[in-house]
Amino acid sequence: MALSIVHRATGVALYFGTLLLAWWLIAAASGPAAYSYVQAFTGSFFGRLIVFGYTWALMHHMLSGIRHFVWDLGYGFKANEREALTWGALIGGIAATVLVWIIAYAVGGGR
Amino acid sequence: MSASDTPKRSMRTPLGRVRNLGAAHSGTSDFWRQRLTGVAMTLLIIPVIVVIMMMLSSNQAGAKVILSSLPIAVILLLFIFASAWHMKIGMQVVIEDYVHNEKVKLVSVMLNNFFAIAVALASTYAILKLSSGV
Repeated sequence: MALSIVHRATGVALYFGTLLLAWWLIAAASGPAAYSYVQAFTGSFFGRLIVFGYTWALMHHMLSGIRHFVWDLGYGFKANEREALTWGALIGGIAATVLVWIIAYAVGGGR
Repeated sequence: MSASDTPKRSMRTPLGRVRNLGAAHSGTSDFWRQRLTGVAMTLLIIPVIVVIMMMLSSNQAGAKVILSSLPIAVILLLFIFASAWHMKIGMQVVIEDYVHNEKVKLVSVMLNNFFAIAVALASTYAILKLSSGV
């Protein structure tokens, strides 16, 4: 499995995605007008797509990172264990992303 | 042995040269901090998601009230601090792997530091401003 490059790619995506987080916080601190720009963006189709991608990158990178922690501790090096950890990160990342978005819509984020 | 391949004399013993560089001291400090910040963010991810969920249906006034709460501000500050540090180290590794021109590499590593610090400080300032209510 060539998933280490996905770990790296999601890391780089999150790096630039941090700007979104910073923008949101600065807008909240600036006032209603600035905040409404953020909400207009995250409410748009393109903005929602970006935030969805950001959620997946974060979930995948975290689970893939936990996989690295397992290896750092000296476990999971057998071929089948490596495969299981990698598939776990891949499937778990997608599942967690979908779950987070279902909850987000359920608590009123989809208006 | 010619003069050119005679190693420079040092007063330091071989042990002294490597002492404190292993097990997460300065020799592998980035490796260690990458893990430290990674574990920190893994522990913080659920609270951070909860905070973001709380904000979803609120306007700026509501967001201000939520973000000015002390525990929420602390959770976000910790997450921002850990993520800025983590991404600074990660991007530096990427730069060192792919950028081979020494000058371009130097400039890239500097810009990476500036970016990480700017994002961290801007976000921190925003949270502190919200917390202090000015």
